[in-house]
Amino acid sequence: MKLAERDSRVFLVVGDLGFGVTEPFAKRFPKRYLNAGVAEQNMTGIAAGLALSGKIVFTYSIANFPILRCLEQIRNDVCYHHANVKVVAVGGGFAYGSLGATHHATEDLAIMRALPEMSVVAPGDPEEAAAATEAVAAHDGPCYLRLGRAGEQKVYTRQINFRLGKAIQLREGSDLTLISTGGMLQTAVETSEALSHKGLQARVLSMHTLKPLDIDAILAAARETDAIFTLEEHSIIGGLGSAVAETLAEFAEREVAFKRFALPSAFACKSGTQEYLRARFGLGVESLTNAIHAASREPRLLAAGASF
Amino acid sequence: MTDSAEFAHHIRTRTLQMINRARSSHIGSSFSMADLLAVLYNGILRVDPERPDWPERDRFILSKGHACASLYVALAKRGFFPDSWLDDFYQDGARLAGHATHVGAPGVEISTGSLGHGLPIGCGMALAAKRDQAAYRVFVMLSDGECDEGSNWEAALFAPHHQLDNLVVIIDYNKIQSLGTVKEVLDLEPFADKWRAFGWAVQEIDGHNLQEIECSLIDLPAKPGKPTCVIAHTVKGKGVSFMEHKLLWHYRSPNSEEMTGAMSELGVRD
Repeated sequence: MKLAERDSRVFLVVGDLGFGVTEPFAKRFPKRYLNAGVAEQNMTGIAAGLALSGKIVFTYSIANFPILRCLEQIRNDVCYHHANVKVVAVGGGFAYGSLGATHHATEDLAIMRALPEMSVVAPGDPEEAAAATEAVAAHDGPCYLRLGRAGEQKVYTRQINFRLGKAIQLREGSDLTLISTGGMLQTAVETSEALSHKGLQARVLSMHTLKPLDIDAILAAARETDAIFTLEEHSIIGGLGSAVAETLAEFAEREVAFKRFALPSAFACKSGTQEYLRARFGLGVESLTNAIHAASREPRLLAAGASF
Repeated sequence: MTDSAEFAHHIRTRTLQMINRARSSHIGSSFSMADLLAVLYNGILRVDPERPDWPERDRFILSKGHACASLYVALAKRGFFPDSWLDDFYQDGARLAGHATHVGAPGVEISTGSLGHGLPIGCGMALAAKRDQAAYRVFVMLSDGECDEGSNWEAALFAPHHQLDNLVVIIDYNKIQSLGTVKEVLDLEPFADKWRAFGWAVQEIDGHNLQEIECSLIDLPAKPGKPTCVIAHTVKGKGVSFMEHKLLWHYRSPNSEEMTGAMSELGVRD
């Protein structure tokens, strides 16, 4: 809303979702709001058309809806034309856990990351989310913004200096580094505290931007700490873990222990809250702490495949 | 301004040369819309070749991007870029690729090639014009086969709902798609009724009658408050007798004998 106040080019196009969220915008800026109905291909094409006519357009829907069925529109109409469209998905990961697998956004980061011209941002808490929204609006070109859900608690207790493509370090430590993206930030912080009680000091990095990736921060962690663990509420294929693995494999100056914590490439067949489903797939603080602690005493555990 | 008939003739002959030289496809699709393009680019579209980004320009979107050869010819003829670019069409390193490409090609609004993309984008542009109170119009050329794509129908619901009467859809209804006739593959009839039912102001014309084409486009919107849909009944491959009504010429590049035959029919010496 603040963005739209400052810049008359800002438009919001929604896919018939956002009850209780988008009404204030619609009311205040009726000429810059559009509900395209349950028609995401058209929604995205329209967004591209508006952007090519000089607007800064945010599309908005939940989970997979603003990206999967209109993926070709995002690729061809938005990315290929470098159109100023910011695709916003609310409810990344298991935020809508109880609604079933159709509402689980668990491959989105991988898919968006693969698109040329697309920047990919998954803020870690409401503070980052607000800053990220400003940053993507200011950025010239397509962006994917994967938000959590309403009412998430703030992780930061201080003001942050948010820059697209620059990881934020929340905690220093030299034993290991926890890199998280999106809503796993709180878990990363809590895990680092639990590990501290076990004598392991973890550096915590919020890799809010997956693309462009903060390669410097990753390589610094590889130089300065002895192990790197990635945390994401996303498939183990193609997301944060993959991005960091690619970087380490190609550019790390020395070998460093590395493991990805993520979801298996599988559908969650049981209903459940975000907490329940995270725990079920080993992404709760307790199982992460135990796994990392055990790995630090037996490095070969890192080589064992995930078994959920 | 050239005579539309001359323009259409030029489009056919130059397109044939281009496609022949490039050994590429889509002659049938390019020829069926030659007359439509000629009328559009010969006075209907308010465009300025010197200023392809002129903010007040009419936008023309070739949603059936595979037929780009004839669009490129029309643009070159109007002076958007040199005719010599047409000789590199489809070649290594060329600016003009085998489907309409906006990058580096002045006058091409958007890149198309995957069907069903042009109309939603056109809706966005038309909506921007309405919200900005700008006077430009948005024209989108669809093929019949592409009307199988659901995204078009999403847009077809959208435009009348938002009263985008600055939007004009022209459908090159040549009755043949990629693997068969439209009737065999996915019958669109009653086609005009469908667009009417969605809320469009529909006109059906002979897509090869220059006067009918002109009449359908000279006084827009056809109905204030409604987007316009011109269904142009056309013939795939129109202009060369052995190419007309033939699915084969969706794909085929002419051999030298066919080339000679075609050019002589079009009244051009080698």
